[in-house]
Amino acid sequence: MTNPKSNSLAHLPIGEEAKVLSIAGNSPVTRRLMEMGIIPGVSVKVVKTAPFGSPLQIKVRGYHLALRKSEAETIEVLSSKSKV
Amino acid sequence: MKAIQNNPQSVAKDSQIVIALAGNPNAGKTTLFNALTGLRQKVANYSGVTVERKEGVWNFENQAARLIDLPGLYSLEATSLDEQIARDVLTGKVTGLPIPDVIIAVVDATNLERNLYLVTQILEYKIPLVVALTMIDEFEREEHEINTSKFSKMLGVPVIAVTASKNRGIDELTQKVSELIQIKPEIDFELETDSSHSENAKIFARYNFISNIVQETVKHKDLEKHRFSEKIDRVLTHKVFGLIILVAILLLVFQTIFSWATVPMDLLEHGFGAIGDLVKANMPEGLLTDLIVDGIIAGVGGVLVFLPQILLLFLFISILEDTGYMARAAFLMDRLMSRVGLHGKAFLPLMSSFACAIPGIMATRTIENPKDRLATILIAPFMSCSARLPVYALMIATFFAGQTVFGFISVGAILMLGMYSLGIVTAIIVAFILKKTLLKSPPPPFVMELPPYRLPNLRNVFQNMLTRAWLFVKRAGTVILAISIILWGLMNFPRAGNVYVNTPNSQNLAEEQQSFQQSEQLKNSFAGKIGHFIEPAIKPLGFDWKIGVALIASFAAREVLVSTLGIIYNGEKDANEESETLKNAILDAKNPDGTPVWTPLTALTLMVFFVLAMQCMSTIAVVRRESNSWAWTLFMVGYMTALAYVAAFITYQGGKLLGFA
Repeated sequence: MTNPKSNSLAHLPIGEEAKVLSIAGNSPVTRRLMEMGIIPGVSVKVVKTAPFGSPLQIKVRGYHLALRKSEAETIEVLSSKSKV
Repeated sequence: MKAIQNNPQSVAKDSQIVIALAGNPNAGKTTLFNALTGLRQKVANYSGVTVERKEGVWNFENQAARLIDLPGLYSLEATSLDEQIARDVLTGKVTGLPIPDVIIAVVDATNLERNLYLVTQILEYKIPLVVALTMIDEFEREEHEINTSKFSKMLGVPVIAVTASKNRGIDELTQKVSELIQIKPEIDFELETDSSHSENAKIFARYNFISNIVQETVKHKDLEKHRFSEKIDRVLTHKVFGLIILVAILLLVFQTIFSWATVPMDLLEHGFGAIGDLVKANMPEGLLTDLIVDGIIAGVGGVLVFLPQILLLFLFISILEDTGYMARAAFLMDRLMSRVGLHGKAFLPLMSSFACAIPGIMATRTIENPKDRLATILIAPFMSCSARLPVYALMIATFFAGQTVFGFISVGAILMLGMYSLGIVTAIIVAFILKKTLLKSPPPPFVMELPPYRLPNLRNVFQNMLTRAWLFVKRAGTVILAISIILWGLMNFPRAGNVYVNTPNSQNLAEEQQSFQQSEQLKNSFAGKIGHFIEPAIKPLGFDWKIGVALIASFAAREVLVSTLGIIYNGEKDANEESETLKNAILDAKNPDGTPVWTPLTALTLMVFFVLAMQCMSTIAVVRRESNSWAWTLFMVGYMTALAYVAAFITYQGGKLLGFA
């Protein structure tokens, strides 16, 4: 059951804090994302996007990570705003 | 028992203590490695793969230990080649390298959670471990606090704060390592996972363990870490300014490699010329002298001439990497590069290849995925390098000088731009095809850390520069030396007898005699015979056997075409693209039927051929080294030359059909 208020990281507005709910897929990329610390419960923030809309720069566990939009789409997040 | 201890072999083994350095990229591992080993280090490849193997000698407490610098890692379990190699080292699977006695895990204090992830994995290998906590001054500057003793206790291993650039903590680290070697502590580390024991559950358990430690031992005064970096990023990765700055930086790099490097390059060239003259003056005239001067000194000199460019490019690359800008450049360019299936990191190597493909290909080392790296290497030589310039310049000066289109655009400029564009477009198409066929792999993931901006460590920068330069001189130099000698042999054997020029009234008889002798020698040599042999194949391109000889010679290096044409047409050995006599000789050259050999169309065809053909033995040697495969190297030489032939054929025959000739 997906949370109706949840969304993918790719669509999270810039600067908005969110909590990771799940990461879809079973590829090496999924695994790499999790090993880089993107696991359910961790908070993430999109800092900016590159000139042509991809990749995204996100902040997680106090450091900055770049990932493509297609990769961000596999990460389901719950915005801190939607809780209010 | 005693007998075994006295066995000299076991003594030798005992003295060979192996210590491995492991850590995330950008954690300060290289700085620590350089501080511990100084200049006592060597760089090679792990056998059969292109992963760099860095090893140094660390002298501590009266013994010399082998310090292995593992590649920068985020994890030990994912599928990258670096991670596989690191695993092999930790399990003693690399030949000639026993399981390390101690591991030093380099952990960036300002990025604790993710850095500790690797440590939780290393612990499972049950090898004595000490954590070197780096960037601690930056950490303290940001007013964070860490309770190191509690941290060490919870993690179960000793933790030492080090600042390698200021030698802080090095003595403590040394002491701790020698202690661990003596005690050989048992490591017992196991994390509880949920009942599924799945890989994901393991990752969650590791991060839970880490979060727990960090919560208990670290006090963040200011949660907004790396604020300084974020401010710089606002400009450097800005949608508009970011791109402008990237272009400006590239221009600076090019300017340096392309024009400023010519000063030391000219010096080197003249230096080798002078050495050659000196040898010539002091040795009896004969074949041996010719071999030393024209084969060996000219050949080796021709390679070393590239050294200033390589040093400068790697100076820039090291600075850009050390400061953290390189990751931003890849970030900015990834969208464009991924359109053709390449990684954002391929951008800089390809740009560098406009100056020279050799440093460009060496710079592809920053691309982790071997297939993406190979695809980048295979297209890099299409970027028109500086060695093609003399060829373009000679052809344009001879056939298109002073011509304009619409009265103000020079034909030369258009042709120049056309040649550069032809290379770029071909590279894009080839990359696209390669990534769809031979090097088929999913679009490279782009999960890349954007490390905080830091001042470059001068020691790292210079050490990196010198290591690269030395690798180039050593490896490429040996292959090139051999090929130079072979080419010299082809052009000088079999010996032509003495032939005499029959213009007895000439004023410079001796000089004319010498040049006549030289062109006769070339005509009768193996190279000349090969030229005649391939004439039927190059005839459809509008080339005769003389151009064929020049083409063969130019497979050593493209700019050799100019000097070889000089020898062929009038024995003018020091010909360059500016020399009037060579231009005239080219324009005067006649076919047996009296028609001119060269037409503007021939010149254009030759230029097209030079854009696409793989004619540079230094590049071939470097590709062999970087791809670690003769098969891929020969594939590259083959497909590029075939492409060049087809394109030149279309240019010449198409041009003739259109009525140019």
